[in-house]
Amino acid sequence: MPLIEITDVRKRFGENEVLKGIDLDVKPGEVIAIIGKSGSGKSTLLRCINGLETIDGGSISVAGSQLLPDEVHLKALRLKVGMIFQQFNLFPHLTAGGNVILSQTVVKKTPKPEAAAMARKMLERVGLAEKFDAYPDELSGGQQQRVAIARALAMQPIALLCDEVTSALDPELVAEVLAVVRELAAEGMTLLMVTHEMKFARDVCSRVVFMHQGRVHEIGPPEDVFAKPKTPELKQFLGVQ
Amino acid sequence: MNYAFSFSWLTEYYPVLLKGILITIELIAVGGLFGVALGTACAWARALGPAWLKPLVSAYVELIRNTPFLIQLFFIFFGLPSLGLRLSELEAANLAMVVNLGAYSCEIVRAGIQATPRGQFEAGASLAMSPIQTFRYVVLVPALQRIWPALSSQVVIVMLGSAVVSQIAAEDLTFAANFIQSRSFRAFEAYFVTTAIYLALAILLRRALAGIGAMIFARRPAR
Amino acid sequence: MMEFSTWDILRNLLLAARWTVVLSLVSFLGGGIVGALLLFLRIGGNRVLTAFTRYYVELFQGTPLLMQLFLAFFGLGLFGINVPAWLAAGIALVLWTAAFLAEIWRGCVEAVARGQWEASASLGMGYVQQMRYVILPQALKVAIPPTVGFSVQVVKGTALTSIIGFVELSKAGTVVTNATFQPFTVYGLVALIYFALCWPLSKSSQALERKLNAAHRNH
Repeated sequence: MPLIEITDVRKRFGENEVLKGIDLDVKPGEVIAIIGKSGSGKSTLLRCINGLETIDGGSISVAGSQLLPDEVHLKALRLKVGMIFQQFNLFPHLTAGGNVILSQTVVKKTPKPEAAAMARKMLERVGLAEKFDAYPDELSGGQQQRVAIARALAMQPIALLCDEVTSALDPELVAEVLAVVRELAAEGMTLLMVTHEMKFARDVCSRVVFMHQGRVHEIGPPEDVFAKPKTPELKQFLGVQ
Repeated sequence: MNYAFSFSWLTEYYPVLLKGILITIELIAVGGLFGVALGTACAWARALGPAWLKPLVSAYVELIRNTPFLIQLFFIFFGLPSLGLRLSELEAANLAMVVNLGAYSCEIVRAGIQATPRGQFEAGASLAMSPIQTFRYVVLVPALQRIWPALSSQVVIVMLGSAVVSQIAAEDLTFAANFIQSRSFRAFEAYFVTTAIYLALAILLRRALAGIGAMIFARRPAR
Repeated sequence: MMEFSTWDILRNLLLAARWTVVLSLVSFLGGGIVGALLLFLRIGGNRVLTAFTRYYVELFQGTPLLMQLFLAFFGLGLFGINVPAWLAAGIALVLWTAAFLAEIWRGCVEAVARGQWEASASLGMGYVQQMRYVILPQALKVAIPPTVGFSVQVVKGTALTSIIGFVELSKAGTVVTNATFQPFTVYGLVALIYFALCWPLSKSSQALERKLNAAHRNH
């Protein structure tokens, strides 16, 4: 029984159809990398799963929660899937701890002390226990992204969407974030990640999705996709002949 | 409310309104042109000028920006004659407009100058241009382009503010409205029509300034 | 003929300046409340209300405050009420202030990065929660300097109420001038009193702005 069911999803921006019927089922505990050129629709797909974009056709459901464009259904869906953004999007007026506490208290109505305890636990999990009282602009990019991960984890989602989580980072900060993601994968978290880190995708992922012009062009375990690309588009993308 | 609106006075008084409109346009044309010129000169002085000039310009800018236009107008028209400077109503109104807009545009243009990347000044200097040349040929136009929207808004604000020149009997659009209401006893209608004309003038002025901006800054990508 | 010392003039002007201060406070507070209401109508997502607030702002920002005062004064008169100048002045200034504040604040709300909306949405927050906990706290911080800055416009705007007969600092200036025949001194003093009221507000707005910018660079 798949955890995330994506069926014939279509999305257009004006004249431009960016998703032309996407089908993808994700089983619990799977780690899926979505690769492809910019403009292939991979980020849009991820944003659709979290309801940040409305879809024009098809359906998406996560553990029985259907994606429907009203606040009640969106909330139910978003409680099940967390999202990590390229630009971190931490709340600048709150401390790291405050960032992790906020949605627990206002969305899940968790009492403040419990939420704070959870925040400490999650920050510790991403290796930032000592940064509880630091404001986002006192943290490096890598630390900010790890706080963002802790913030999403504190909501206890059953899947995480990662949208190019290392693309905005200086090269020397990429590793610390990937290490956290790797650990999550090892712990059995279901992950759907758009990434440019091919080596990471090869090492960590159970399946790789290659998107091209709004479609799933090729899909399979990393050893097949990277070592034996079938289509010329994927070969060109990977730079092999 | 049992009041019958009447606009029949328009047939008799529209020449008065037309004359008022022309004066208001004249005021903002003169005020806009010379005010922005004065403001640009002051902006240069404040940002790049000699040290002795800066406090003088600052004092002028702060004084104007922190007092009502009405009082500036009264001071110029009623107060300056005691210093021997006697101006007609229209001259005083024009001078007040220039002085007022000069102070506001100084601050706006200065912000544009200060947003200029340092490299631009250095490039100018490295090409052996004098500071004034660098300002005139390298810095000024991109700076104006940067702040053109803010400057345009300010010009519109000053145009709307010009309504008070009627208080020294300069015969602008508001003066026309006052005149008409005192003759026709149709105060509400007179001010209603005048307000609508001001709104139209504001919209047209905004368009015109956008057009002028597009003309001056044609084919210069914004930075 | 009576002789007026500079002190006599100044005392009379300062007494009238009280009404400038009172009217400024009333206009600013009232305008703030109406402005906040307009802001929520504007960003609430209802198309009709959004259009209404847009036209409201366009109307009040696109016409002279003096005309608004005249229309309030003579317009209320149409209802057969004998409108006192202070009432017309207060109503017009509140509505005028509200238009400008609503527009300033809308800019501040829109200045909050789109990612903040997305991140809070992805955490399951609804519109009201996003506003309350994520967007408004950030917008509010940015809004303080320009709001304080606009209070200067309100103080200066009250000068126009003298034209419909409200006795405040400017009107007192005219009255005292007519009695003393010293326009240079009187209007000079009037200007200085306005300056004393406005300049601290201008300066604190600039200081707040600088503080905010510094805080943005490093906490």
